[in-house]
Order: sequence, then C-alpha cells, then structure tokens
Amino acid sequence: MTTLTAEHETVLVEDRTLAPRPTLAETLSQTVSMAWRSTKKMRRNPEQFFDVTIQPLLFTAMFAYIFGGAISGSVADYLPVIIPGILAQTALTACMATGIQLREDMDKGVFDRFKSLPIARIAPLAGPALADLLRYGTAATLTILVGLAMGYRPGGGVLGVLAGWALTIVAGWSLAWIFTYLGTIARSAQAVQGISMMIMFPLTFLSNAFVPESTLPGWLQAFVKVNPVSHVVSAVRDLINDGNVTGEVAWALLGCAVVVAIFAPLAVRSYARKM
Amino acid sequence: MTALPSSLAPTALADTDLAGTDLAVTATGLVKTFGSHRAVDGVDLEVRRGEVFGVLGPNGAGKTTMIRMLATLLPIDGGTASVFGVDVREQPHMVRQLVGVTGQYASVDENLTGRENLWLFGRLQGLRSARARATADDLLERFGLTEAADRQISTFSGGMRRRLDLAASLISRPPLIFLDEPTTGLDPRTRGQMWDTIRDLVREGSTVLLTTQYLDEADQLADRIAVIDRGLKVAEGTPDELKTSVGSSSLQLRMSNEADTAAALEVVRRVLGEEPVLTPEHGGLNASLSDANQAADVLIALRQSGLSIAAATVQKPTLDEVFLAITGHGTDEDTTTPDLTPEATR
Repeated sequence: MTTLTAEHETVLVEDRTLAPRPTLAETLSQTVSMAWRSTKKMRRNPEQFFDVTIQPLLFTAMFAYIFGGAISGSVADYLPVIIPGILAQTALTACMATGIQLREDMDKGVFDRFKSLPIARIAPLAGPALADLLRYGTAATLTILVGLAMGYRPGGGVLGVLAGWALTIVAGWSLAWIFTYLGTIARSAQAVQGISMMIMFPLTFLSNAFVPESTLPGWLQAFVKVNPVSHVVSAVRDLINDGNVTGEVAWALLGCAVVVAIFAPLAVRSYARKM
Repeated sequence: MTALPSSLAPTALADTDLAGTDLAVTATGLVKTFGSHRAVDGVDLEVRRGEVFGVLGPNGAGKTTMIRMLATLLPIDGGTASVFGVDVREQPHMVRQLVGVTGQYASVDENLTGRENLWLFGRLQGLRSARARATADDLLERFGLTEAADRQISTFSGGMRRRLDLAASLISRPPLIFLDEPTTGLDPRTRGQMWDTIRDLVREGSTVLLTTQYLDEADQLADRIAVIDRGLKVAEGTPDELKTSVGSSSLQLRMSNEADTAAALEVVRRVLGEEPVLTPEHGGLNASLSDANQAADVLIALRQSGLSIAAATVQKPTLDEVFLAITGHGTDEDTTTPDLTPEATR
C-alpha cells in the first residue's frame, strides 16, 4: 500500500450534485454492466450451461422415441408436436435456474456492494436475466438442431423456425421473472428450487406441449387452455410448422407481457425491501 | 475524480439548506428490531465532518446493524438518520451517492478479477469504460494490488480482499466512508497498513465512521468514540476521556495465599484511594491505575504488610475493563466472544 500523493485532491461534499433517482438511461447502462458480470460468471463456471445443453439433447431424443409411436403413430409425425413442446419446456427449466442462481448470488457479499451503490434496484435483477438470453438461445438452438438431425423438416421454413426460436427466447425471458421473484422472496436456493419445481411441472405437463389437448379430460382441458405455456407452444408450432403468425402468437406475447408486468415490479419491490 | 457524472439531475447539495451543517452523520433514536430482539435500541449519533468516529463494542452489540442502517442496507425501524443533511429513509438513492461501505466480509465478486471488480463498480456508478479502467488502475496501484490485478478474487488473501474492498468503496470518492471492523482477522502488519490507509483518507477530507472491537484501534484512529453495548450507546468521548474513565492502566495481582486477599484489598485501597475489583481466579484482584508508576507503590505497601504475591501484571486498559467500568458487566457476558484481543481472533 503506497501513501497517497498530492494528485488525490480533497474530497468535497459541496461540489456534488445528487440525483433523487436513477434515470432510464442509467438504469439501462447499469443493467448491461450487470449482464456483463453474469456472462463473465458463465464463462468461468461453464457447468451453468449443463441444463441448457444436455437437457435439450436428451429430452428431445427421449420423448420423441418413447412417445412418438403412441401419440402420433410414428416418431417422424410426432416431431412437429414435440419439438415446440421441448422448446417451451427447456426455456422454462432454463429460467428456473435464473431464479435459483439469483438467490445464490444474493447471499454473496458482492450483493451488499450492489445494494450500497447508487444504482437502479432493478439492475442486479435485470442484468442476469439479460445475460440468460444466451442460455435460452443455446437451449432453443440445440433443441431445433436435434430435431433436424432426427428428421424433422419444419414446414415454416427458415423464417418460421427463426420466429419460433425467437418466441421461445422471449417466453423464457418473460417467465424468468416469476422465478426471479421467487429468488427474492425465498430463504435459500434450495427453497427456490423446490418451489420452482412445483410450478414448472404443472405448467409444462398440464399443457399441450407433449400431447394433443383433445385427448385430455374436459376439466384438464380447461386448465390447459388458460396455461400460458400452451399458448407459447401453440404459437411456436404455428410459426415453425406452418410459418403462420396466428392469434396464438399474439396470445403468447400478451401472456408473456402480463407475466413481466406482474412479476418484475414484485421482484424489484421485494429485492429492495429485503436485507 | 471531482464530481459525479453530469447526467445526474442537478440537485446541488450546496443548494440544500443543510449543506452548511458540519455534521456528516446525524442519527436520533435509531432502532432496529429482529423479531423480539432489539439489535439497536435507540442510539443517537453525531459524526462531524472530517473526523474519524469510532463505534466500539463487542460482537453482537449492534455495531454492524447500525452501520447497515446508515448505509441504506437495512431498513430503519425507528428514529431518524441523515447523511450530510440528506434523510437516509426518504432519499436512499442520494445517500448512496455520498457514502462508501466496506463491510466486515469483503463485498467483491469472487468470479471476477480485481481489475474487473473495480471496473464493474466504476461502470455501475456512471463512469465511461476508459475512465472506469483508469480509476481501477489508479486504485489497484494505490492499494498495492497491481500485480494481483488480473487474478480471480478466490486466490486473494484476506488482507488483499479487504484492500480491494476498500478500494471499491473509494471509486466515487465518497465524502463519508463506513468501515465495519476493517481490521478484524488481519495480521498485525496488514492491520498497520490498513490504519495508514484510513489516516490517508481522512487527510484527503473524507469522514470515516468505523466500528471495531479493539480499544487500541479506536485509540489509534478515532477522534471520538461511542461505546455500544446491547444496542445502546453507553459512553461517548475522545479516546483519552474514555481511558481516563477506567484509569490509564490496571494492576492485576494474585496473592500466594488466598486468605491474604482481604488484607491485600485493604492495602490497595489505602494506597490508590480506590476500590479494587476481585477477579474470578483465587486470590486475584484488579485495580485501575491513573499512572502506571502507582503499581510500585502498591507492591511496596504489600511487601511492608508482609503479604506475598504470586503474580503481578500492569496492563493498559482492555476493552473488557472499559466495559466493566462503563456497563458494570464484561464483554463476554451474553456474547460468544471469550477473548477480544486482536491476536486471539481468527
């Protein structure tokens, strides 16, 4: 530790101008900085990518070969059904990890620093969510590639596939706010994991992701119809298989927007109040 | 670095009516409760600009809780607090622009290198990328971390982490710096370096509010000290005032023959004109001295009375004694810290 030199001028209070709250531009810049931190972290802990690499590979192949014949008569006929389903499922598992990792992160000392800095309270939450787009992108890309390798030939063409891919990522990012909120209220990462599982399983399996909803009992169909995951799956199917921008796409986007509008403010409020 | 980025809305502090105040921190009746436990139970605090204010107390006294409330890290349950006249509860964002916080546990990112950490904190506080890099380089050099700058924090020693943590608190050159037990767990050499750094900060015009468990640290650094016990402020004053209240040093005696204790007590009282305290060990007693040379008078008087001693030690007052004198109970009562000397910790 060297002694200070004269160039370190005296600290004055009077020459400071204090802002009562961060501006939108500052909030965005801080979010990007926090996202940068998350990508650094991902690069140094590559195991964070296990769930978005191994799961799409495994589940796509497994589900297609096991259920293909039973549900659609053949694996090839099942692929247009299952690929969008797996896309939605992996997006959901990936964003579950967003909440768990946030919880883990919040227990670390550096979050004290973030809290003590004059930065927007949403930045430490939105930053990781932004960086996690990489994870959703990886999951979606791999699922589609495995499908193609298994003989899936999407009718929507390149544009349709790209649109479905993009919608998956948007949906993942939006639903991640549910788990981010859980991350800010739960006591431990394990608790987030437990609660997330309880949310994720009904949302994915009580949807049209793996089976046509017409085969389900009436009462279950009622839930499946309002499940936002069903809308995302239908929308992705419409885009990838037919290249059509249907009403389902609008519903899916609306559902995502509603989730963000509810859970993002809840998460920020609970984060700002805690600790 | 002279000012915060111009993009911030211009609420010049000089314009507010409290800018003229010579107080960096004002707290009145500060309260924090955790369930039924009142961790901070109505503390008043006034820290003047440009001073080092020490908050002294044992583990669990409420020091950290108090600092965390003042630094906007914990909600204030009762009372009011302001930093340079800015209300902590009403304007947390403004207060955060005025303070730097270095906690007991290094609040830096384990996954990043030292340089990346400082760059990130600079960026978050509105510095442009190049400026953030330059500031990071400056601070790394100033804290002797240049060589380790590109290593991940997980490879840093405790002292290096603490230095980096302090460096991170200085990026925006905050006029008020909170240091929560800045030297707990550091070896004596690193401890001395940390003290030098804190003195330098004050020379630059910063105000420092530090907490510590060590009387010598408060003695070395602080202009004024508040003693906190069980969430209450039990004493306040300059280090000299505080020490005078317990005597400049203390004489610890142990009699060879336990039966002599009562007689020895009488002798000590006669020589010092003050009541000695019996200590838990057999035949032990403890007397405070206003001058260390009085110890000789006591020993001579004991010899003349034919009382034999097994051991005699003259010690500077320890935190325990300050506590005993001020609160009537030792520091280890109700706490889990059996020994508060720096060498014994960690």
